[in-house]
Amino acid sequence: MSLVLGIELDGEGAHPEAWRRAAHTPDRLLTGRTVADRVAAAENAGFTFASFDDSLLPPGAGGGPVGRIDAVNRAAFVAATTSTIGLVPVVGTTYAEPFHTSSQLATLDYASRGRGGWIAARDTDPRVASALGRAEVTAPADLAQEERDAITVVRDLWDSWEDDAVIRDYATGRFLDRDRVHYLDFQGETYSVKGPAIVPRPPQGQLVVFGRAGDTDPSLVDVVLVSGPTVEDTVEAAVRAKAGGAVLVFAELDVALGASTPAQPSGRVSFAGGATGLVDLLRTLDAHVDGVRLHPAVVDEDLPVLARFVVPALLRAGIAHRPVPGSTLRGTLGLDRPVTRFQAERLEHSSR
Amino acid sequence: MTDNSYARPGAQVHLGVFFQGVNHTTIWSDPSSGSQIDFETFRRVALTAERGLFDAFFLGEGLRLREQEGKILDLDIVGRPDAITQLAALAGITRHIGLVATQNTTYNEPADLARRLSGLDLLSGGRAGWNAVTTDNAWTGENFRRGGFLDHADRYERAGQFLDTARAIWDAWADGAVATRTDAPSWATPDGVREVSRRTSQFDVTITPTLPRSGQGHPVIFQAGDSPAGRDFAAAHTDVIFSRHGTHFDAALAFAEDIRARVRRAGRPEDDVKILPGTQIVLAENASEVEEKVRWVLEGQYTGQTALSLVGQVWGRDLSDRDPDGPLPEFDPVPAPISVTRGAARDGKDPLAIAREWRALAEAQNLSLRQVAIATTQRSGFAGTPGQVADELTRWVRSGATDGFNISPYLVPTGLDEIVDLLVPELQERGSYRTEYEGSTLREHLGLRPALSRREVESRQAVG
Repeated sequence: MSLVLGIELDGEGAHPEAWRRAAHTPDRLLTGRTVADRVAAAENAGFTFASFDDSLLPPGAGGGPVGRIDAVNRAAFVAATTSTIGLVPVVGTTYAEPFHTSSQLATLDYASRGRGGWIAARDTDPRVASALGRAEVTAPADLAQEERDAITVVRDLWDSWEDDAVIRDYATGRFLDRDRVHYLDFQGETYSVKGPAIVPRPPQGQLVVFGRAGDTDPSLVDVVLVSGPTVEDTVEAAVRAKAGGAVLVFAELDVALGASTPAQPSGRVSFAGGATGLVDLLRTLDAHVDGVRLHPAVVDEDLPVLARFVVPALLRAGIAHRPVPGSTLRGTLGLDRPVTRFQAERLEHSSR
Repeated sequence: MTDNSYARPGAQVHLGVFFQGVNHTTIWSDPSSGSQIDFETFRRVALTAERGLFDAFFLGEGLRLREQEGKILDLDIVGRPDAITQLAALAGITRHIGLVATQNTTYNEPADLARRLSGLDLLSGGRAGWNAVTTDNAWTGENFRRGGFLDHADRYERAGQFLDTARAIWDAWADGAVATRTDAPSWATPDGVREVSRRTSQFDVTITPTLPRSGQGHPVIFQAGDSPAGRDFAAAHTDVIFSRHGTHFDAALAFAEDIRARVRRAGRPEDDVKILPGTQIVLAENASEVEEKVRWVLEGQYTGQTALSLVGQVWGRDLSDRDPDGPLPEFDPVPAPISVTRGAARDGKDPLAIAREWRALAEAQNLSLRQVAIATTQRSGFAGTPGQVADELTRWVRSGATDGFNISPYLVPTGLDEIVDLLVPELQERGSYRTEYEGSTLREHLGLRPALSRREVESRQAVG
């Protein structure tokens, strides 16, 4: 199995002063052009996926960028202008309406022809609740409950249309086989969702769902993101995640190549140095994890170095592989396209 | 009423395309009918509309699949994308056309929706629009955390407060708040971004917004309600009314005059609100071909099953064993406490009264059940040669009955092609349609005044 290469493209980079070294003036950050150019560069380099961080709150502090276009919009904007790269936005699990989340992500999957993913992330800052006029959720158990329910409902909505629900039966005038579209009747502790989805089942069946080690129940996600302050910590976290049932484990990594300096301590392994050193580090990690998500300190400085030196070296060495046009993100990650939960239940029921 | 009560000799026809995500408008049984959900379909329609220099591409919103008698309605086209997400994807492959998302004020929150709409607006370079709709429908609420929490009487109150809060969020950043040099003291000027705090009967919002104003200020606001409350809401808050009054000229003109009066009463110039009724256009080369094509379109839209279903919605029971080409049922509708068809436009109206009207119509014109369904539920539209339809659209706009039309193609994705290839050139010949995009934003396409921010309004008042 090869090492999956992902890159986080939010803002100007992980370093708080990254905006001072961007290739454009600060007021160009919040444009379609900036999003499209960077994702195109990452795709051309051979990255398997790009991710987009998000929150309702201003992203920066201390004089840095306080502006951010929401992650699903950014991912969708480049969906039809790219052809191989996976597009993986963050959508919160604590306050967002799972029905909307499910529709938005399924739509991203249609627009990208099966290259959509989702980083399910908790909203731990109570200011998100204030923005939405909702009661704060702060206790770890409550955050976990909301996350579990949100992922469950979103996934069930994706499954609520069987793949062949649209029948276009001219004789009976029926567009839809209503027996292949299912109510969820989800009943959680804090809310219920009736279903079915409005968007038919997305091309991948289920988008690739990412969660963070320690937070997310690995049985609910496809990819567990692990991090630690050192390589050893990260590898240990990966081993724990695998033991806990994670299907795929990707390591989080801060990278500062060329002139930029590493970001402030983020809890992630921080690499600063040249392309060769990073290639060596990724070779080491390849033995322990299924993929990495790189957080460049300065996108406009580090992405060109990654594209020119790091990724080509990994491709040449056969450690990483360029995604094939026409493949889905699930396919590129070696994941099957699952049968819908409801179809499985219906078939089981009918075979009794 | 004369045609010239509000004559505008040089007025231009504005066109939008409304991609119908759900209902029987699209003839899905035709072999040329494509997927209703694949992105390619939307790309094709949007690019055709842009080739035709349309103002805007519209998407509806779905929050629950329609039901009839407790079962999912299986006759209509169903299944549609999330509007803002789909329009963001279309923003990446279009350059000029406006992108309008229908979004509900009941099952969204201002902080989230205002941000997603301005994200679309920024990514598209100022081409976003928002068709603000309301619902009070607890049945829809079953898909949301909040459930059915809104009383019918409160829906416009919530919508008004929602828009007010959204505008405050859109206006929170001063123009020029973001640095234009990388050696500036900070990324944004310290007082350039205001916190927004709103405590109203519907909202309790405290937020520091994350997005600046776009090239058009903020998304263009569309509204589709038609009740007196809806018309007042539109007159007070919106830029464009997406009306249903696109069938009879006199009715359309009366509607427009009513709206203009309400807009004046709201303290705005009467042309501040544009009117774009939904419509369907059938084109053919001569009178007999027009007649034949109209019949073909109606038969494709109103299959026997669809006609029985539409009438069954009023009668409150399954009529599928009846003959669609026979008479209306001789028995009376079951007056259900709530409509058996959830999500239908007639939700809430008295079925006995509708049945009386329909029977009178059938008797007067000797119509079958299916013909009654067509006569009473058919979408408004124009039929004729391209020249005739161009004359008619021009007359409507230049008489002040509308500012343009939102066309729903009866075939997807190819149905807009003949409009663009045959009708648009006829309009251009008459001087009533643009020959190129003059502006870059949706607001400019529609000929709307600039959206001033609150700060601009305040500073103008201070100077004045």
